Amino acid sequence: MSAPTESEEFEFDGTSIKRKRQIGRVFLGLCVGATMVGIVALVALLLDVLVEAWGWLTWEFLTYPPSQLVENYNPANYGDLPTGPGGIYPALVGSIYLISLTAIFTLVLGVGAAIYLEEYAPDTRLTQFIEANISNLAGVPSIVYGLLGLAMFVRALHTGASLIAGALTLTLLILPIVIVSSQEALRAVPDSMRRASYGSGATKWQTVRNVVLPEAVPGIMTGIILSLSRAIGETAPILMVGAATSMFAPPEVTDPTGPFAAMPMQIFEWASLPEGDFQHVAAAGIVVLLAILLLMNAVAIFIRNRYDRRG
Amino acid sequence: MSSDSIDLSRSTNDVGGLGDRFAHYVFFGCALVTVATTVAIIAVLVNGALDFFSEVSLLEYLTSTNWSPRATDDPGFGVLPLVWGTLMITVGSALVAIPVGTLTAIYLSEYADQRVRKTVKPTLEVLAGIPTIVYGFFALSFITPVIQFFFPETGTFNAASGAIVVGVMIIPMVSSLSEDAMSSVPDSLRNAAYGLGATKFEVSTQVVVPASLSGILAAYILAISRAIGETMAVALAAGALSQITTNPLDEVQTMTAFMVEIGTGDASVGSIGYQSLFAIGLTLFIMTFTMNIGSMWIRSRYREEYE
Repeated sequence: MSAPTESEEFEFDGTSIKRKRQIGRVFLGLCVGATMVGIVALVALLLDVLVEAWGWLTWEFLTYPPSQLVENYNPANYGDLPTGPGGIYPALVGSIYLISLTAIFTLVLGVGAAIYLEEYAPDTRLTQFIEANISNLAGVPSIVYGLLGLAMFVRALHTGASLIAGALTLTLLILPIVIVSSQEALRAVPDSMRRASYGSGATKWQTVRNVVLPEAVPGIMTGIILSLSRAIGETAPILMVGAATSMFAPPEVTDPTGPFAAMPMQIFEWASLPEGDFQHVAAAGIVVLLAILLLMNAVAIFIRNRYDRRG
Repeated sequence: MSSDSIDLSRSTNDVGGLGDRFAHYVFFGCALVTVATTVAIIAVLVNGALDFFSEVSLLEYLTSTNWSPRATDDPGFGVLPLVWGTLMITVGSALVAIPVGTLTAIYLSEYADQRVRKTVKPTLEVLAGIPTIVYGFFALSFITPVIQFFFPETGTFNAASGAIVVGVMIIPMVSSLSEDAMSSVPDSLRNAAYGLGATKFEVSTQVVVPASLSGILAAYILAISRAIGETMAVALAAGALSQITTNPLDEVQTMTAFMVEIGTGDASVGSIGYQSLFAIGLTLFIMTFTMNIGSMWIRSRYREEYE
């Protein structure tokens, strides 16, 4: 063992480690950069929408029906308009009705299916098929659900391009997500509670109704609200079903078979119009839509934090 | 899960009266709605497509490069331009989302500390919660002008803008699912590599990524399948001109954008435009369905089980 060779080898190793460290640093830089891409895109998107909507989002925008003329949306012109300002009111109300109806349908169907799969279903081929089918449905593009709604509800069941057709289509669209999240909520209920219930002589249905469901309600509600916040922004399905783009009065809540307007459809209409200023109108509509989404998500998070701390 | 120790499933406890049995069947009915939905989707698509193919030959549909079903003289029924448009958007968005999403996942799983991960992951998932129509608006009002700044001859509608915006949209899908797969690689594998003198970079790229490859690939396929079915963003950003072009700055029409074009117009029942909706819808459904099944298969076939 001669000293010079050893020191030579040592230096060789040193540069190799140095190079490896450099590669490591470059790679870390790439990873951080990639992570920033997503965050920067999100910030750019939100800023872009806010900047475009700035000055165009007024109280009148929320309370007046849409207009053909872009001048009617400009707050600077509000003083001297023969027809009154243009706004998003019918679509806003339409979206709220649409989501309320969807909520009722998904609550019944989604929770029912989840209860069956978690509490009743035997471990058979059929059950496995139902579960696999649900995860497959979650991957079907939303526009295909729109075709389903168009052919089945609008044409075959003669509902026409109505509120009820839109709500049923959106229900089928979000049903897979609602079922999976409700199943998770039911699964989180400890088995000891079910056993205690059976031990005191309760039947299956009594156990589900009085023990399991009350315990799982916060989790189920969180999942449903999050799914509904997806449904309220969906454009493609209601477009295929035939949501109206020029409704000047909100849809009748007493008549779910009438035509309906909805916010995403209205935004699409505005965004695809050629006049430049309609971009601002579309942006104002998007801010309203995102505000409602934010509100729904806040409610969902609130419910989760308020009730899920017991475990 | 509930039947691990004591059989709580069905029959043994199902001693109640009519109400109990009634509840059982009602819940079963709810679960069957999902099966009925699949059956209805397939029935509706096949039924509509059969009408279409009674007037157009399958050969022309699959091989012709002219798509103009509503032209009054010499209409064309070749789906290839639409498939090409969809491919351009899909490949472009994958070029954005796969590198960005994978590197993000590596960062979150291997480098970031708990606190950073807990803030960054939900922030990225906000991207997945934004309605696609908003992405379409973002493409038109932000991305397209940026592209036009660098390539001034670019039109309002172009494939690049659509591809970039769809790429951004599916980043969280790639990053979240890949990160889940990487996080489930046990630390003993990492520690073994460190013990052999590997650097963090080597551990990340030569141990963690190969060990979680099935999960990562499944995430890619799901994200690509989502890009194929993406509708509103591309309908707004990429345009409505069905053509086969290799220039990403040209206008293209995807299958979904064509469906939007027919949906916003008033195609009457029985018209060839209305029927073509279902032929395109069936094509789209087959493509995404195959990919979703493939993703599931990869995950179950190649999953590494770590205890």
